[in-house]
Amino acid sequence: MTTNIEATDLGVSYGEVKVWSGINLKFSEPGLISILGPNGVGKSTLMYCINKILVPTEGNVKIDGEDVSDLSFKDIALKVAYVPQASNETFAMTVMDTVLMGRYPHSGFNVSKEDLMIASKCLKVMQISHLAMRNFNELSAGQHQKVMIARGLAQEPDLLMLDEPTSNLDIYHQMQVMRMLARVAKERGIIVLTICHDLNIASKYSDRVVIFSKGKIFCDGTPKEVITAENISEVYKVKADVTMVEDRPYVLFYDGGFEDE
Amino acid sequence: MKKLHTSGIRKAVSSTRNKMSDIRHHYREKDYSGLSEEEVTIAQYKAHRWSKLVVIIGMLILFVVLVSLLLIVGEYEIDIGTVYSIIWDHIVGNEITADPMADQVVWKWRLPTILTAIGVGVGLAIAGAAMQSMMKNPLADPYTTGISSGAALGATIAMTAGITIINGSYGMIVNAFVFALIPSAFIIALSKFRKPSPAMIILSGIALMYVFNAAQSYMMLVADPNAVAAVYSWTVGSLEGMNWSKVGIMFIFVVLGSCILMWEARVLNAMNSGDSYAKSLGINVDRVRVIILVSVSILAAGIVSFTGIIGFVGLVAPHIARILTGADNRILIPLSALVGACLVMVAHLFVEGFLSFALPVGLITSLIGGPIFMIMIIRQKNEVW
Repeated sequence: MTTNIEATDLGVSYGEVKVWSGINLKFSEPGLISILGPNGVGKSTLMYCINKILVPTEGNVKIDGEDVSDLSFKDIALKVAYVPQASNETFAMTVMDTVLMGRYPHSGFNVSKEDLMIASKCLKVMQISHLAMRNFNELSAGQHQKVMIARGLAQEPDLLMLDEPTSNLDIYHQMQVMRMLARVAKERGIIVLTICHDLNIASKYSDRVVIFSKGKIFCDGTPKEVITAENISEVYKVKADVTMVEDRPYVLFYDGGFEDE
Repeated sequence: MKKLHTSGIRKAVSSTRNKMSDIRHHYREKDYSGLSEEEVTIAQYKAHRWSKLVVIIGMLILFVVLVSLLLIVGEYEIDIGTVYSIIWDHIVGNEITADPMADQVVWKWRLPTILTAIGVGVGLAIAGAAMQSMMKNPLADPYTTGISSGAALGATIAMTAGITIINGSYGMIVNAFVFALIPSAFIIALSKFRKPSPAMIILSGIALMYVFNAAQSYMMLVADPNAVAAVYSWTVGSLEGMNWSKVGIMFIFVVLGSCILMWEARVLNAMNSGDSYAKSLGINVDRVRVIILVSVSILAAGIVSFTGIIGFVGLVAPHIARILTGADNRILIPLSALVGACLVMVAHLFVEGFLSFALPVGLITSLIGGPIFMIMIIRQKNEVW
């Protein structure tokens, strides 16, 4: 059974500055969901509200009907995994130890056989079994990202949230990572929520796209419904055109529409 | 009875031998054919863990060698056989057959001093390892963050002015503990509200150290000259003047603090990936930070009250341990403890074996640790600062 995440009239302000308010969102279908929107629009903030890193100023988030603020960090960790944007480990461990860390909410002080099996399966899914004994800080950016996703998967979440998993990656790794995420969502029947900046990558692999703009949800739907020339021009303030590639919208950008013209 | 004894030893030897051959098997014959991809990963991981155990065993051997050396090195010459028979007799409660002077030297002086060295090394190294992982800061230890200075001020107030928060024999330690909590609280506040860089933590620690040192100097200036002499030899960090009851009290604090920090090893691993990630794993980061810094304060108070400030052991030992087995705190913390104990014993051995005069061990550790600290600052990667 897929988990059910529901945000009702959610709002967050940092002091006087309102990030957004009146957010109503529901995630209940398994699949890859991309959150798009300009910088600083509060995409990460939404994720922080879901796993209680941040307490919203208004409204609430419910996981399977239970208010997040009533759940302990551990209860949330059993259902929601989070893959942070940067991977700055001061003291790096091996890849296997790093992935085993994802077992924390499920296991005690020592790792069990089951934990080892789950972690090594996650390495296999991300195609990095050969890196298992390497030190985390010896790896490339693409490999880092795969290790961190494997660590998130080792948590066996119903909802996997990733903060810009494809930033810093070359086009090959961007596509590879998003493909893997789409596949994992389908195979495991989980919701994968990712923040993305590349419209075309998001369009190619996502089942659903949510665009944030100006403190609210601008639009929400399948890539075909949402990624249109009008929406992109409106949200990002750049001239754009949309064509279809492999039956998915593909955005073309033009120089123009800037304020200094 | 005797037979049972040897069979136990034989069993232990044969099981060690089996384990060693396991390790050899994993390293020489990497024949993983017939295993699935997952099984290969698990096999490699297990072999890797065994290799870490070998390092710990090696360090344990060094530890035992150092203890034995320290028992025989000194002005009064006693051979190792006599030393161990004295210790054995005391442990099982036999009548002491050796020369009473030798008994006095070994049981009343050398052994408590060695145990103090071990307690100091273990406690400071574990505190340093935990602080470094918790704050993602390679320069953190109880000394560089001002926690040791706080404890020293608390103890000085008890020694010179006789002012203690609670009465009785624990008065001085409780004073030290309460004052060690001041820098700890400061670190908690900084971590919660400022997202401090490693440099900020260390510099604020040094700033606090100035204040504590000034207050300590003032306490010594206005105090009774006799008390000052006692305090002075203590402030430079010395293993002298320990007896069994003091060692016992110190070990209560060291064992308590160390066990709590060891218990938090997995949490410390997660905190190394950042606060928000640790929270997403279900860890109550704010609470853990308090638990860890209170444990560090317990360790610092228990140690500093008896030996004064012995610097840099807590800083250097975890780095040596990390080079040997990596950053996993479940192994790093026990190995740091062993390395720390060995470091203090080496410094003590240097004083006992090579110098014709008694030098406080704190001077040696600072003399060696200071330059290492400087090298670490210069070689720091830009990302950390």
